[in-house]
Amino acid sequence: MKHIYLDNAGTTPMSAAVIDKMTETMKDVFGNASATNYYGRQARAILDASRHLIAQSINAKNDNEIIFTTGGTESDNTAIVGTAIARQEEGHHLITTSIEHEAVLKPMRFLEKQGFEVTYLPVDQNGEISLDDLRQAIRPDTILVSIMTGNNEVGAKMPIHEIGQIVAESNAWFHTDAVQAYGLLEIDVQADQIDLLSTSAHKLNGPKMSGFLYNRTDHNLEPLLKGGDQELKRRAGTENIPAIAGFAKAVETNPAEVKAQHRELYMSFKHQLLDGLRQNQIDVEVNGKLDQGELPHVLNLWFKGKKSDALLTNLDLKGISASAGSACTAGSLEPSHVLTAMYGENDPRISESLRFSFGAYNTAADIDAAVAALTAIINK
Amino acid sequence: MADNSQTRVVVGMSGGVDSSVCAYLLKQQGYDVVGVFMKNWDDTNDSGVCTATEDYQDVAKVASEIGIPYYSVNFEKEYWDRVFTYFLDEYKNGRTPNPDVMCNKEVKFKAFLDYALEIDADYVAMGHYAQIAKDEDGTIHLLRGADDNKDQTYFLSQLSQAQLEKVMFPIGGMQKSEVRRIAAEAGLATAKKKDSTGVCFIGERNFSKFLNEFLPAQPGKMVTVDGEVKGDHFGLMNYTIGQRRGLGIGGNGQSNDPWFVIGKNLAKNELIVGQGYENEHLYANSLDATKLNFIAPIDDYGDDFQCTAKFRYRQKDEGVTVHLNPEHTKVVVEFDRPVRAITPGQEVVFYDGEVCLGSGTIDHAYQQERLLQYV
Repeated sequence: MKHIYLDNAGTTPMSAAVIDKMTETMKDVFGNASATNYYGRQARAILDASRHLIAQSINAKNDNEIIFTTGGTESDNTAIVGTAIARQEEGHHLITTSIEHEAVLKPMRFLEKQGFEVTYLPVDQNGEISLDDLRQAIRPDTILVSIMTGNNEVGAKMPIHEIGQIVAESNAWFHTDAVQAYGLLEIDVQADQIDLLSTSAHKLNGPKMSGFLYNRTDHNLEPLLKGGDQELKRRAGTENIPAIAGFAKAVETNPAEVKAQHRELYMSFKHQLLDGLRQNQIDVEVNGKLDQGELPHVLNLWFKGKKSDALLTNLDLKGISASAGSACTAGSLEPSHVLTAMYGENDPRISESLRFSFGAYNTAADIDAAVAALTAIINK
Repeated sequence: MADNSQTRVVVGMSGGVDSSVCAYLLKQQGYDVVGVFMKNWDDTNDSGVCTATEDYQDVAKVASEIGIPYYSVNFEKEYWDRVFTYFLDEYKNGRTPNPDVMCNKEVKFKAFLDYALEIDADYVAMGHYAQIAKDEDGTIHLLRGADDNKDQTYFLSQLSQAQLEKVMFPIGGMQKSEVRRIAAEAGLATAKKKDSTGVCFIGERNFSKFLNEFLPAQPGKMVTVDGEVKGDHFGLMNYTIGQRRGLGIGGNGQSNDPWFVIGKNLAKNELIVGQGYENEHLYANSLDATKLNFIAPIDDYGDDFQCTAKFRYRQKDEGVTVHLNPEHTKVVVEFDRPVRAITPGQEVVFYDGEVCLGSGTIDHAYQQERLLQYV
C-alpha cells in the first residue's frame, strides 16, 4: 500500500541535504566543541557557523542570542521557567493563551503550583486573542507574556507585531512559540520586539531533538540544565554537533523564496482538499479561518456527524496519515483543548474533526488521494 | 490454504496474552488483521498516567511483533452510561451485579462491534475461552471453551445472534497452557504476563474502597435471623451472600463455628449473619430470574426442561429444571440438590452439554417455598 503523509505539523521527514550534512558531520567531526584541542576546534567551527546562520534567519542582533536546545519543548520550558526563576523578585504574574502547545501550558501549570499566577487569555472562534484583553491583563508585576506565533492544531496566527509593541511598553518579556511558524514565515525578532522565541528543527525537514531558543542578550535566564558552561552558561551539556549542523542545513535550504513557494503550495492544497470534498458532497467545515492570513500548512476540518477516531483509523488503513489532536498515554484521542477553547466543550466539532498538515514533499496527487479516501469512507 | 488476505479481522486487544495470541494466530492464517485496544475507564492520576497505559504499551509491542496496525478507541462514556451506572444501581438495591456480563453485552460486543464494522471488519475476534458453532441454516450456538477451567461463556451468555454473527474466538478450542506456549514460542511480549483478575475497571484495587468512592456507605447492624445484634456493618453493598471475611464476630454464638453473611435486609439496612459454612439459610432449592436471553431459539426445548446451570462464574454445573413463563420473560429454576449462596444480581446461565443456552439475572432465591432474605 502507498502511504501518504499529511501530518507535517507533527513532524516532517528529513531532507536529503540535511541527511547528507549530518552524515558527513558524524563521519568527520566528533570533537567536543568545548575542548581546546584540534578536534574541539573542528566542532566549534561548525557550531559557530550554524549559530551565525540561524541568528541571521530571524534577524537576531547577535549570534550569542541563539541557545541550541533539544527542540520546541526544551525551548519553551527554558523560556518560561527560566524567566520565572530569574525574575521572581520582580513579579509573579505571567500571561499566556488557552490554545498554546502543552510545552507552554504544562510549565505554566507547574509555575502556578510554585506560587506564580497565570492569566490564560481566551480566544474567539477563529482562535484569536483580543489585544484589549492582553492590554488589560498586563500588570506591573507581569514578568512574561507567552503567546504562540501560530497554532499547531488550527493554524491560527497571532498578531505578533502588535503583541510585541504592547508588551514592550510593559515590564514583561515577550516569548513566542514559533515552532510551527518558523519554517514558513519571515520572522524578525527586532522588528517584532520579541524577547524569547522557540523553534524546533524537525518541523522544517531537520532532525528531531534539535532546536533553539532565541534569547535577547541582556536577558539573564536561569538555565534549566545545570552543569558545564556550554551555550554561554545557559544550557549545559555537550552540543550535538551533527544535529545542529543538520538544523542549520535545514534553515539554509529554506530561504525566503522557498518559504514563499511553500506558503503558496500549501494554500493551494487547502483549497484542493476542501473543494474536492465539497464537490463530492461531503459536509465539511473549516475550524478556524481560511484565506485570512492563517498558517498555510494546517487545515483543521469538521466532518459533521463523523467521529474522529473511526475516521482517522479508516484513513490510516487506507494509507493516509492525518491527525486529530493528541492521544492519551493509552492511545485514545483526547478532546482538543484548542477546539474546546474556540467552540466550547459541548460543540460536536471537538469529536468530529481531523487535522491535515502539509509539507515539502506533498503533491497534488496526494491531496486527490486524500479526497478519494475520505469520500469513500464517509459515503460507505 | 484459503486466501484470507482480503478478509479483515479486527481483534479486540487488551494487552493480555489471550488476545495477543488471537491476533498472532489470525495473522499466521493470512488475515488482514487490525488490533484495537479499548479504553473503557479513566483513572488518570495527577501525573497523567492511567492504568490502561501499560496495557496499551503491551498491545503496541505485540502488534509490532506480529506486524499488524493497532489503534486505541475510547468507550469511557459508553462504559459509564451502560455498564457502570447499572453496576451502581444494582449495588444500591442490595444486589451483587456482574459488570463483565454487561460489559460484553453493551461495550465489547456492541460499541466495539459497531466501531469494528465502521473500519470495514469482516469479522471481530476476541480472546475469550468460548466457541461458536453454526447450523446449516445459519443459527449460531455458543459453546463452552475447551479449557474447562477458563470457560468464559458465563460472561457471554447475554449476547444475541446478531452480536455473535461476525465473532471469532480463535483460542476457544485451546487450553490456556497451549496459549501460553504459543505466545512463548512466538516471542510475544505478553507471553509471561500475569492474567488479570477482578473486575476490569477496578483491577487490583481494594473493591470496598473503590465502591465507597461512588456510593456513600450506610453503616448498620449485623443481626442473626432471630434478631440478635452481633455488631455493626459498614454498608450492605460491601458484603456478598456466603461471605466470611471481614465480619469481625467472635465465635460467641451457639457454637464455635465461624460467621457468614446469610442475607440482607435492605429496608432495615441490616446484614443478616449466621454460623457455619453450611448454615441452612445459605442453601436454596430454587430461584427466579428475569432479563432472560437465549442465544439461539429454544423452541425445541419447550417451556419446561431439564438442563444444567451455573450460578456464578467458575462454579461447577448443577442439574436443574427450568420453568419458563409463556412470554419467556421470567424463569423459575429448580435445583436437583440444594445450592449454597445463590446471589441476586448474578447470572444463572443454562447449559445443554457443551452448549451455552443463555441466561437470566437472578432476582430471588427460595428454600422450599420460602423466600430467602437475600435482599
